[in-house]
Amino acid sequence: MEVLVKGAGVAGLAAAHELAARGLRVTVADPWRGGGRAAASWYAGGMLAPYCERESAEQPVVELGLRAADWWEAALPGCVLRNGTLVLAPVRDAKELDRFASRTTGFERVGEESIATLEPDLGARFRKGLFFATEAHLDPRHVLVSLAAKLAASGVSFETDLSQYDSTRFDWIIECIGRSTPDKAIRGVRGEMLLLRTSDVSLSRPVRLIHPRFPVYIVPRGDHTFMVGATMIESDATGPITARSMMELLNAAYGLHPAFGEAEIIETGTGVRPAYPDNLPRVVREGRTIAINGLYRHGFLLAPAMAQQAADMILDERNRTP
Amino acid sequence: MLTLYNKQLSSRLLLGTAQYPSPSILLDAIKASGTQIVTVSLRRETAGGRSGDGFWSIIRSLDVHVLPNTAGCHTAKEAVLTAQMARDLFATDWIKLEVIGNHDTLQPDVFALVEAARVLSDEGFKVFPYTTDDLIVAERLLDAGCEVLMPWCAPIGSAQGPLNTHALRSLRGHFPDVPMIIDAGLGRPSHAATVMELGFEAILLNTAVAKAGDPVAMARAFAMASEAGHAACHAGMLEPRDVAVPSTPVIGRAVFT
Repeated sequence: MEVLVKGAGVAGLAAAHELAARGLRVTVADPWRGGGRAAASWYAGGMLAPYCERESAEQPVVELGLRAADWWEAALPGCVLRNGTLVLAPVRDAKELDRFASRTTGFERVGEESIATLEPDLGARFRKGLFFATEAHLDPRHVLVSLAAKLAASGVSFETDLSQYDSTRFDWIIECIGRSTPDKAIRGVRGEMLLLRTSDVSLSRPVRLIHPRFPVYIVPRGDHTFMVGATMIESDATGPITARSMMELLNAAYGLHPAFGEAEIIETGTGVRPAYPDNLPRVVREGRTIAINGLYRHGFLLAPAMAQQAADMILDERNRTP
Repeated sequence: MLTLYNKQLSSRLLLGTAQYPSPSILLDAIKASGTQIVTVSLRRETAGGRSGDGFWSIIRSLDVHVLPNTAGCHTAKEAVLTAQMARDLFATDWIKLEVIGNHDTLQPDVFALVEAARVLSDEGFKVFPYTTDDLIVAERLLDAGCEVLMPWCAPIGSAQGPLNTHALRSLRGHFPDVPMIIDAGLGRPSHAATVMELGFEAILLNTAVAKAGDPVAMARAFAMASEAGHAACHAGMLEPRDVAVPSTPVIGRAVFT
């Protein structure tokens, strides 16, 4: 059985991996071989944080996301760091921490001492936090590129130009094209991010800094690099980061640790997340085409579950056909 | 009925559209609140979006008036420019005018507010100024051409409820004929009922609904509270008394002991 996966962002590559692992012949089509700047996932935080996301997302995000870390670890051994998530609030916004706690589960409350044990550089700076010990993170770009390479090595073919391609020879098409979909229900939610480099601060896990107006997260990427994200703006615009967004992100990083004031800004980026009106993802089948879309801000968290659902659809059908 | 710039409305609640968990929940909250006016903030990125803004088309699908705002503007000039962009984008001459003076408290810069209100009124905008509870500022805004006032009762998003009822009463008393909407600072339905009992015409909410555990149920609760406060204000409330007054007459009651 031949399957064409359109799109090599996180949804497409996860689907390709799941289908190939279940013994189907897979071709991936994307102008960028794997990952690449057209995909919203290229700009993702890469947090596998189902419990934290519950603060603003609905319950299905937790349920669909709980096994994501295991799935990624199986797909690319060694890519997942299971160091948990630390959620902190400045003393002035301590009440916001209670609000966050009241809407989430899976955490323990930590004080100054425990914060210092977890993240020595932050200990004296914060008195209260929440520690989500079972959460994990990965490096999205490393994962996208490595997974594409691994798939290619195991026989999945990659096409960059589909214009002269006969897609009718495929039994199934899996469409994972995010914001490019003609589906009118999908809207874009712009996200802006920065990459900072400094050797003055070390972090072992994603840190979320709660602020009533500008909540942000900082994810350590290794090699003294940190990803700071991300804005949430109801817009399809893909233009460069605005000065205001940059100030908000930098202020938050500086608030977490003043040493970030001396960091180098090595990259700014903008992605447009595809989202349905309920901000939940969908796997929609129409004939022999299955569309995976609406992963919103949960690409790496929810792509495995969506890939499994799509693969189930195809294999269930095959098992029913005599 | 509530009349704002010659538009007649039956709902006494205006709802902001930011910070909801999802557009679906926002839509349900709007329906549950029965509101006829929603505020929408204009970011430059929204105006720059080329492929038809998804969020905006969701708002447009509803049968409600849109009141664009100038949230995030810090100078009169910036607010005027944003208002002009909003008029083009949302095809309305209504504008909720916000000029923020302090980043932390988000309190209005009342001097720039009056200046921007004058410019925009002269350009034909129907200005809804977000202001403090200051009487003199209110007077200047009316002089500048505003026909509606939107005083705060506490800082934006603080959920503290009416902090200075004396000032609110005074404002209400001095301008009995000007429609006034309490904008900002309401945290719970009882706050809404309180300010409506003081005689304000309507309330504007965002964070208290959007960040509630169940935004849809909270929108409904606020709608009921604002209606209750409004009805009570016109029903003649009993003033507090120092002595207990039995509600059932005791004279003539049979005594068995």
